[in-house]
Amino acid sequence: MSDILVYVLHYEGELNKNSLGAVSEGARLAAELGGEAHAIVVGDGDDLTEDLAATLGNYGATKVFRAQAPEGLAQPVIDAMAKVMQDNGHTYALFGGGLLGFEVGAGLAARLGAGVTMEVTEVSVEDGKLVAARPILQDSKISKSHYKDKGVIIGRLNAFETKESGGGPATVEDVEVELSEQATKATMVQRGEQRGEEIDIEGADILVAGGRGLGKAEGFELCEQLAQAMGGAVAATRAVVDAGWYPYSTQIGQTGKTVAPKLYLAAGISGAIQHKVGMQNSENIVAINKDSNAPIFEFSDLGIVGDLNKILPKLTEAVKAKKGG
Amino acid sequence: MVKEVPDAAVEKRIDPSTGRMDRSGEKNLNPFDTHAIEAAMQIKEGGAVPVEEVVAVTMGPDSAVRALHKAVSLGADRSVHLSDESLAGSDVAATGYALAKTLERESPDLVLLGQQSDDGECYTIGAVVAEHLKMPSLTQVIQIDVDDGKLRCERQAEYGYDTVAVELPAVISVGDAINEPRYPSLKAIMGAKKKPLDALGASDAGIDAARVGADGSMVACGDFTDPPQKEAGQIIEDEDTAETVEKVVAWLEERKLI
Ligand SMILES: Cc1cc2nc3c(=O)[nH]c(=O)nc-3n(C[C@H](O)[C@H](O)[C@H](O)COP(=O)(O)OP(=O)(O)OC[C@H]3O[C@@H](n4cnc5c(N)ncnc54)[C@H](O)[C@@H]3O)c2cc1C
Ligand SMILES: Nc1ncnc2c1ncn2[C@@H]1O[C@H](COP(=O)(O)O)[C@@H](O)[C@H]1O
Repeated sequence: MSDILVYVLHYEGELNKNSLGAVSEGARLAAELGGEAHAIVVGDGDDLTEDLAATLGNYGATKVFRAQAPEGLAQPVIDAMAKVMQDNGHTYALFGGGLLGFEVGAGLAARLGAGVTMEVTEVSVEDGKLVAARPILQDSKISKSHYKDKGVIIGRLNAFETKESGGGPATVEDVEVELSEQATKATMVQRGEQRGEEIDIEGADILVAGGRGLGKAEGFELCEQLAQAMGGAVAATRAVVDAGWYPYSTQIGQTGKTVAPKLYLAAGISGAIQHKVGMQNSENIVAINKDSNAPIFEFSDLGIVGDLNKILPKLTEAVKAKKGG
Repeated sequence: MVKEVPDAAVEKRIDPSTGRMDRSGEKNLNPFDTHAIEAAMQIKEGGAVPVEEVVAVTMGPDSAVRALHKAVSLGADRSVHLSDESLAGSDVAATGYALAKTLERESPDLVLLGQQSDDGECYTIGAVVAEHLKMPSLTQVIQIDVDDGKLRCERQAEYGYDTVAVELPAVISVGDAINEPRYPSLKAIMGAKKKPLDALGASDAGIDAARVGADGSMVACGDFTDPPQKEAGQIIEDEDTAETVEKVVAWLEERKLI
């Protein structure tokens, strides 16, 4: 019998959607293994109520551990999970997509002497053990991980489907954690700062997304003009958001939004996995990139190899002409 | 910490006989690691804390020396190369352990690394190293300010930008937005081979052989398969932009997107 412990991230009283997917997935796998799926929440705010934690029962967790520790940082969570797993004998730890999960999962594996796999898209049970599949080499191959003993599985963003199990509220058990020395040496000064204005990209049917290939912040004007002509919104990659060229609210990908518009048109975007996971379910994907080897062409329906500075203005004109005529 | 990775222009593949990534072919210093070196140089030159030396550390085969030469040409004072047959096939946790043992010898005040290696796509080595060294850690950092002997770091996480104060010694991985790496001068390139390079085997670094290599790794990867192939998209090479645009508009119209 093997039990699974699932980490659930929360922020301002709301549970993370990818974490809920991981709980559902954990419950499915635990049932196959003949064990139980438990969840763990870690935080120090009033928003982490017993009721909120108990709702994880609806996604299949039979018990929820709640630890009082600093929020938004990995090492306190490692301390809490290592303790809960050691005290209760869990064999596996499971994480949904996101940034913190990567840090916690890797550190936890080091602490427990467990095997770890990240960017997992599928988990199955073979001979009573979990086996994790992850794409490698820019998604051109799938590799399977087999664990010799304990396993830490970190899902790719949106890999696990959220399913209500109808399980009802779970029992919540408060656990005392003693923080490791390293966990006390980092402190959150400010969390969740929104840089730039709030723009809705999730509701748009058409998204014109710009990346570092735009060359400078002003390059986004080309995207804005096309988006306006087409009746869509403008989105961005992390590279340009980190550079301060465009608002964080428009970022697609692992630490941004997940979108699935009718049309996603990328200009000057390479197509990194962490961007792809946030837009790969778009109905139609068009990419403009001057490098014919850019990974984005691997998952585009229409690829245009060329200079966006030449193509975007002409395309905007042509769209306007069509719409006007 | 720096790593040698296949050049982005070279196709990556798995060696069918060993099931490991084929790391032969053109190689270079992982582009993200040049940002880590630059961050170290800026802290050293900034003067907010005295920095005695910048040391580049790598674990990898003989060829990885080139990544170290590149690192010292970018400003590192010396380098350490951990290389041993027994390390081949190490998983992330084992690699992180071996690197931590190597770093331990240097008693660093700050370990900087890249946010991701171009070939591994795992961005987790830092967290493993930090756990072994018992140091606080943060990954994907795009701004570091030294303030009263502490670091003030900014990074983007799930809900926006976080600012975190981190005490030294610490392990920090940096994103590419943190700085614009300098180009090495010709003199620095020529002088790179003259800077001290320590070559270590696993036992020199006090690495427990039972915890590294394929046998010492707690996860076995294999059964490589092909993902379901998405139908290849249509490609237009832009030669005459007017013509290209016409084709794109027709494509969009066909799908009722305009
Ligand atoms: C943990 C983690 C989380 C991350 N989360 C995200 C996320 O949420 N979202 C995200 O987007 N990224 C994320 N990233 C970063 C991601 O790995 C990439 O670094 C980023 O997506 C690259 O952005 P880009 O395509 O704009 O830039 P680049 O990769 O630099 O690509 C620029 C492209 O523009 C092309 N180009 C240049 N000039 C022209 C021109 N004149 N005409 C046409 N094409 C041109 C180039 O050929 C190149 O392909 C994350 C990374 C990590 C490690
Ligand atoms: N073998 C290695 N030797 C030295 N540094 C490494 C090695 N592997 C990874 N790193 C460092 O860890 C960072 C993140 O790599 P990864 O976790 O593999 O994505 C890289 O940018 C390097 O700085």
